[in-house]
Amino acid sequence: MATLTTTPNAVQGPRLLRVLRGTLYTTLVLFFCLVAASPFLVMGVVTFQTDQDLYKRGASPFDYEDMPTLEHLDNLFNDTRYLSFVRNSTLTGIAVVVVTLVLSLPAAWALARLTGRWGERAGILMFIVYLVPPTLLFIPLFRIIVQLGLRDSLLSLILVYPSISVPFSTWLLMGFFKSIPPELEEAALVDGFNRYEAFWRVVLPLARPGVISVVVFTFTLTLHEFIYSLVFISASEARTLSTGVPTELIRGDVFFWQPLLASALLVAIPVGLVYNLFLDRLVQGFTLGAVKG
Amino acid sequence: MNAIMSRWLDDSRVMGIVFLAPATLYIVLLVGLPFITALLFSVSTATVGDASFNYVGLRNFAHVWQTPAFRDALVNTFAFTVVAQIITIVLANILAQLLTAPLPPRRSARIGMWIARMLLILPWATPLSLSVVGWLWMFDSKYSPIDYILREMALLGPDTVWGPANNLIWLGKPLLAKASIIFVHVWRMTPLATVILMAGLSSIPTDLLDQAEVDGSRFFRTLFQVKLPLVMPIMLISLLFGFIFTFGDLTVVYILTRGGPITHTLTLPMYSFLVGIDGGNLAQGAAVSLFIFPVLLLVAVVLLRTASRAEIR
Repeated sequence: MATLTTTPNAVQGPRLLRVLRGTLYTTLVLFFCLVAASPFLVMGVVTFQTDQDLYKRGASPFDYEDMPTLEHLDNLFNDTRYLSFVRNSTLTGIAVVVVTLVLSLPAAWALARLTGRWGERAGILMFIVYLVPPTLLFIPLFRIIVQLGLRDSLLSLILVYPSISVPFSTWLLMGFFKSIPPELEEAALVDGFNRYEAFWRVVLPLARPGVISVVVFTFTLTLHEFIYSLVFISASEARTLSTGVPTELIRGDVFFWQPLLASALLVAIPVGLVYNLFLDRLVQGFTLGAVKG
Repeated sequence: MNAIMSRWLDDSRVMGIVFLAPATLYIVLLVGLPFITALLFSVSTATVGDASFNYVGLRNFAHVWQTPAFRDALVNTFAFTVVAQIITIVLANILAQLLTAPLPPRRSARIGMWIARMLLILPWATPLSLSVVGWLWMFDSKYSPIDYILREMALLGPDTVWGPANNLIWLGKPLLAKASIIFVHVWRMTPLATVILMAGLSSIPTDLLDQAEVDGSRFFRTLFQVKLPLVMPIMLISLLFGFIFTFGDLTVVYILTRGGPITHTLTLPMYSFLVGIDGGNLAQGAAVSLFIFPVLLLVAVVLLRTASRAEIR
């Protein structure tokens, strides 16, 4: 993060105080890390435990008395629909990313450049639409999806998810477009391009970092979304990760804990890595302009 | 004709409309229309099997209002959201101060910070329904790893403070279940609040902080009199997100307790789901979820206003 400057300010004062302060600092950071990561650490331990090790009352849940086993991962991939959840989530994610880009790129450009004063207000309206929670709309949307015959189809999610991703993406892209100097576009117009060509050939290539952030944000959003997926899709073969894992890997009161926790961990690690890489840009989307209302 | 057409299209105002139309149309159809449908449902007798429109006025709202389960849901939703936001913002401020503190200029410190950042962002990065499954195991009535650690610390078990039982049964007791739900919300929202605050802290001009230091201002004075007032607008933005994400959340309660024991952890989204989808009563389900709307609108307006006023000053 850009803020982690290494000024020599930290090395001040008497040595003992410095060491104490350093220890306190490290302890606090470690404590926060431990609490944040605790369910994932436990997932990592449980994944490879045998049933005897896992279901031993009173004993340490972190101990391995038996050899670690890959049986549960094997079970997850071959005996459950996990891979089908992964496939459904991926397909939905890619389709929603495409729809989101097609809708939000031009809209963001219009709001950033072309529409003048009321464009700014429309931008704030976009932000407010982003704040409308799915819990408010899932009942009427369920009815609409049933009417359209899209129940138990991934198309229902591809149709509805952009209603969350388009407002945020438009908002994020507006910030990027505003930072592109208008002279570049004017130069393209002087060169004989029309405005659409100028947008396509000059502006879009410059907005690539913004486009990448939108792709990352939109894809992870489709991975995260729970309510619509829960309500629109009840056929197990069409389930996505976010609802498939907690509903299909639990049968009645029987929890298959090792595959269940392994499946969560397998999603958490890659998504966590990607978020860490794109964190600064996503944060920009959450703060940029929002304070200048 | 063609030339006139393309000249007309090339006007910047026309282009603005052409570019804005698809997204606007989409949002009207998939946010505006469902919202109006929700309003219509709430004054009708719509069920999953029967979508014919019978106007019944405010009867659904009156009926829902008199249901004890709804009252529980309303109180819980507010309590969970407010308590979780207060704890989150305190923790996020501490964490943001820690993570923006100057590091010793060593490579190991930078690598350590990268790993710490990765671990700290996990609660927000992971799909919530999957990480809550992890918490379901952490709170398990028999095998809870938290209970084990408490037993090892001699806080739980026979002859201890929280004994004599060997397990706390987190999700089975009203107060503990509520606390567990709030905890998971705090756990999940703190990373987002922290990174937003860090963005705010890093945008403070360094000469202001240098000036404070020259003037002899110590850590806490700089924190409370320089940093926090300057970060206030962005802190309000993070509160806004936290409030709205927590208030409208179904996932945590759905996976951990489904509103139980009895209705002790029921929230508006959960109750709306139980009535509208599980129970098939679209009309009353819609009425329940509409109670969310004025609250969110109010919070959004108040917070955004305060934030923009603070910015002007």
